[in-house]
Amino acid sequence: MAGLEVPDTGTVEIDGEDVTNVAVRDRGIGFCFQHYAPFRHMTVRKNVAFGLEVRKLPKREIAARVDELLELVKIRHLADRYPAQLSGGQRQRMALARALAIEPRVLLLDEPFGALDAQVRQQLRVWLRELHTSIAVTTLLVTHDQEEAMEVADRLAIINEGRLEQVGAPTDMYDNPANEFVMKFLGPATKFLGRWVRPHDLVVHPDSAFGGQPAVVERVTHLGFEIRADLRLATGQECWVQLSRGSAAESHLVKGESVWVSLVGAGDELPVTTRT
Amino acid sequence: MTTARKGRRSRAKWPLRVLALGYVALLIILPVGTVFFRAFQHGIGTAWSAVTTPDAIHALMLTLLVVAVAVPLNTVFGVGVSLILARHRFPGAWLLDALVDIPLAISPVIIGLSLLLVYGKTGWFGNWLAARGIEVIFSVPGIIMASAAVSLPYVVREVLPVLQEIGDEQEQAAATLGAKPFTTFRRITLPSIRSGLAYGVTLTTARVLGEFGAVAVVSGDIAGHTQTMTLFISDSIGNLDPTAAYAGAVILALLALGVLAVLARRPEGRRRWQSRSDRSASDSELPLLSTTSA
Repeated sequence: MAGLEVPDTGTVEIDGEDVTNVAVRDRGIGFCFQHYAPFRHMTVRKNVAFGLEVRKLPKREIAARVDELLELVKIRHLADRYPAQLSGGQRQRMALARALAIEPRVLLLDEPFGALDAQVRQQLRVWLRELHTSIAVTTLLVTHDQEEAMEVADRLAIINEGRLEQVGAPTDMYDNPANEFVMKFLGPATKFLGRWVRPHDLVVHPDSAFGGQPAVVERVTHLGFEIRADLRLATGQECWVQLSRGSAAESHLVKGESVWVSLVGAGDELPVTTRT
Repeated sequence: MTTARKGRRSRAKWPLRVLALGYVALLIILPVGTVFFRAFQHGIGTAWSAVTTPDAIHALMLTLLVVAVAVPLNTVFGVGVSLILARHRFPGAWLLDALVDIPLAISPVIIGLSLLLVYGKTGWFGNWLAARGIEVIFSVPGIIMASAAVSLPYVVREVLPVLQEIGDEQEQAAATLGAKPFTTFRRITLPSIRSGLAYGVTLTTARVLGEFGAVAVVSGDIAGHTQTMTLFISDSIGNLDPTAAYAGAVILALLALGVLAVLARRPEGRRRWQSRSDRSASDSELPLLSTTSA
């Protein structure tokens, strides 16, 4: 979409204008790279000013706009440092300011938080979402991180091996996945009675009072805030159940115990196809 | 680390340092030092007059001229070829890469000889050139060509790895920000290869200054016409005029050192953006949008 690669087929339209054959520099897009692509020999200030200098704006205007943007992304105090002297998150914020400087029609973020550690990624995710509400620019974010996608997006598009699988609002897609791939990609999934279901929709009972399938607990794993229990049904099939700490305590799950498991909650059941 | 172990470590370093310094002293410091000494052995005046004869001055001017033409030529060529090899994929790229390295592998005399064979009066282009009154061999253009040929690889060998290592993301970013190709080259690519380029130019200049074999074959060594400084020095030794030879050598050495001093120094400012170890605190200082900045 940026024009950095040439498509084999199809067109790219921005604001109704066909830009498929328009050069990168004329498309009016802002781009952020996974590894920030900072201009290493320039200070933060000069980096952000680059797009404006290329457009030959008056110096005073450039300086004002740069200050404004640095303030926005909260790195004003680092303005005279070089990118090598910044942390990863700060560099990405600089990259964002640099991209926003030219007032792009579309902002393209290519796995912008992929190179950062988990905590920084989380912080920046929240921050990006807030930034987006104050700067109304259509933004396209590419990520492998499904949690990030769900948290940040207004609309989500899932692509699998070059094919667009589904487009929609995150919660809609989570509850009503179009196919097996989307279901497994957007959240945890396990097979139950020939169907894909969400493990947190499975409930475990100590006896058959509520009905359900008989099963044996094979393994209980404690993952901090949640418990995962792997079960083997009487039919021989295996599935796993996701429980919060509270409900796990109530269920007294122990390896080797016999339990009954049933499905509650509507939606997101998909028949298991042979191509898993 | 106990003091005993520390002592042993630093004691082991000394023999190595002495060895390394001794090697350099034997091969470089001693011979070069001797040249300087011998040049001024009979007084500065003698040395000066030996090296300010018309022939000597002409040799110096010729050498400087060759440098002034061959080095920029190879710089432009070197950067161009490096860009092509680093940023584009095409069949035969490996061949171009290898061809650039040939002058490193072949003896300069052979390079001079091949130029002779192609551009000499009886060479491939000999007739064509002679008909147009263009003299290449035994004339200044030939010397320039020979000098450029032997110093061809240096800029490429220094710039190409840098271009490959930094990748083209910065250039892509510049494009998305609206920069035209030349602007990107001038403001992004060129500054990023600056140190590699400087070193490559330094090596090229040093090579051109000191080239002997190829130039000897191609120039005919005509004093006052096609005699470069290196040929002058060699001739002076042959004419049993050692003072002129040594004085000439001193001049060449000073020229080369001058180039080295000017081009290859690393100003302090640049260290800042090249440093990786100097980092600010982690991103825990990221404030929320609602608070004021630090």
